[in-house]
Amino acid sequence: MNLLLFGALPYMALALFIAGTIYRYKTGFKYSSLSSQLLETDRLFSASLAFHIGIITIFLGHLVGFLAPSLFIPIGGSSLVIIEIIGIMFGVLALIGMVLLFYRRVTNDRVKTVTNKMDIVIEILLMIQFVIGIFIAIDMHWGSQWYLSNMVPYLHSIFLFQPDISGISVMKPLAQVHVVIAFLIIGLIPFTRLVHFLVAPFHYILRPFQVVRWYWNPKTINDINRQWQDVKRPKNN
Amino acid sequence: MNVRAQMSMVFHLDKCLGCHTCTVACKNIWTDRKGAEYMWWNNVETKPGTGYPTKWEDQEIYKGGWERTKSGKIKLRGAGKLKGLMNIFHNPNLPVIDDYYEPFTYKYLDLIEAPQTDEQPTARPISLITGKPIDIKMGPNWDDDLSGTPDFARKDVNLKNLTPAEQEAMFQLEQMAFYYLPRICNHCINPACVASCPSGAIYKRGEDGVVLIDQSVCRGWRMCITACPYKKAYYNWNTGKSEKCLLCYPRIESGQAPACMHSCVGRIRYLGTLLYDADKIEEVASSEEKDLIANQMDIYLDPNDPEVIKAAKANGIADSTIKAAQKSPIYKFVKEWKIALPLHAEFRTVPNLFYVPPLLPVMASVTQNNKSDGSELNPISKHWSDEWLYDTSIDEIFGTIEQARFPIKYMANLFSVGDTELMTEKLKKLMAIRIYRRYKTVGDISKEKSDRALAEVNLSEEDAEGLYRLTSLAKFDERFVIPAAHREQAIEMAESTADVKGSAGMGFRETPVRGL
Repeated sequence: MNLLLFGALPYMALALFIAGTIYRYKTGFKYSSLSSQLLETDRLFSASLAFHIGIITIFLGHLVGFLAPSLFIPIGGSSLVIIEIIGIMFGVLALIGMVLLFYRRVTNDRVKTVTNKMDIVIEILLMIQFVIGIFIAIDMHWGSQWYLSNMVPYLHSIFLFQPDISGISVMKPLAQVHVVIAFLIIGLIPFTRLVHFLVAPFHYILRPFQVVRWYWNPKTINDINRQWQDVKRPKNN
Repeated sequence: MNVRAQMSMVFHLDKCLGCHTCTVACKNIWTDRKGAEYMWWNNVETKPGTGYPTKWEDQEIYKGGWERTKSGKIKLRGAGKLKGLMNIFHNPNLPVIDDYYEPFTYKYLDLIEAPQTDEQPTARPISLITGKPIDIKMGPNWDDDLSGTPDFARKDVNLKNLTPAEQEAMFQLEQMAFYYLPRICNHCINPACVASCPSGAIYKRGEDGVVLIDQSVCRGWRMCITACPYKKAYYNWNTGKSEKCLLCYPRIESGQAPACMHSCVGRIRYLGTLLYDADKIEEVASSEEKDLIANQMDIYLDPNDPEVIKAAKANGIADSTIKAAQKSPIYKFVKEWKIALPLHAEFRTVPNLFYVPPLLPVMASVTQNNKSDGSELNPISKHWSDEWLYDTSIDEIFGTIEQARFPIKYMANLFSVGDTELMTEKLKKLMAIRIYRRYKTVGDISKEKSDRALAEVNLSEEDAEGLYRLTSLAKFDERFVIPAAHREQAIEMAESTADVKGSAGMGFRETPVRGL
């Protein structure tokens, strides 16, 4: 059972995530944040802000620990307490945001019309995940340490294709559930509105403001000395 | 000199009869879809009035367009790199559906299927979003012809620096004085929507300057809705993508007029090519407010100038496009006769839709006067409304332009960044043409008076004749000088024509359905 949940499920989820994302991206039209702000804006404000700030911070926290565990291993004492408190705070923030968003989604008539089944599924999954995460943080102290010693090696082993489930098998069931749900969510990402975080528009910062697209490079299109096959479609701008 | 071609337009407001045929033509072709019901890429507003969406001109509310910073640079008012990304989770400046109106239909079937009763059956209005019965509060053109009502005309944003007396004078005229303002996307030279798009989905086409939203790149971050000061980018709440007027580019690529322009009953619309100098865009957009229009006029180049032609060819502009630019009715209205002005140039997007201001409805003056000293009044040409004397019997026509109708200041707020002199000049030109034509056809005006009128506004007789011709007699081919895209290039424009056989042929082969 453990092997199925912690050895096989992650690979299924990751394969689904990669294949699904590529498929979804290729059929580009369906890629959108699917904002419902046009239909309802007041209740969205606090809910969306709380949720996004909360989940991004928590996600980055998990990610940094996963990518560079050596940075955090020496941390101890009072810094550890601060990290735990910050984690719980942002976790609660994300949960509050998610609950408000979910409540808005199911109570506002206009938003309801642009809600599909996957929205409900993923939002419920996220809420469960937040609750479990917060509960783990409170119940199982020094998570930022055992995350590094037990979970991160397990996650690394997954990504190195040498799954070693010994670390996770000894964890409390709650933490195990947290991992299972996490992989479930990862697998579901391409089939939900969550895809929009994959196209977060950071390239906007470096882009020139104005975008001009040419079908052909205007400098070479009318040049009679150039061979036709030399005329390339230009990079835009 | 970096010469580019730009499809640009002139709307002759004197000829607009407010029939909304353009609007309906556009709606039937492009926005008659779920999620797009509330969008009117082309709409016609009654001025004075609040427009659509309500008070769109008030950038204190909507934060659209560019603003000039103290250092003389420009920045987006409500969007931009930092602000746009900070507000991505919730855009505080986004208009909501109620600022437009909640789209609705009626339950017509109830009229037929209602059981027999003593009362007449009714078709209740239902929301096109939720499908539930609603109380309709607003429609797409509910201010139509209602300039007298306090709800619309008196809330017009352009009344901002008019004195109470001037406003009062306007509303004395309210029974008859209003005009129509048809609006489409301006396909700006410095488009704020393009600059605000975090995904980079919005782009200006190099070949003809049409501004489009790439539907497969748009992610619905909805910053363009805020950034466009004309509120001509719309968010499709169903597909989660933004949409805007595309100047019927499949039609103009094949040399046909856009649907709104083709269907125009009053023949108020003109479409043609302008050549402009792309090196000067930033300079023009960031010029001081009083120089904005003059500088914008300078950015457009003379298509007959050999230097310009040479630079245009070096830039790959097709000979057919240059030829079209030389015959462009827009160039004549905007540069040669200098009679058309952009709408709200102060938004600094350098718009390419120009308006010939209206010289309507009837020449008249309104003066505040004491009724008691009035002698016998001509009962037809003069009448009293409270203490206001409404007078249509005037000799000195030019004098009246400055004093009457809409206050010049009101017109200037719309079309000339508040510059009343510029506005007066345009209206005088319009009047001079009328005097000239009256001298020609009716003959009750002397040649001296006609010559004087033309001389005062620096128009030659040929100019006047040309203006008259293009305004009232021009046939289709004169109003629309559209260089078709080159077939040999057009084949490659979107993709191979063989691949898109059987589709709409617009470089977009997916069914536009909402994502999960």
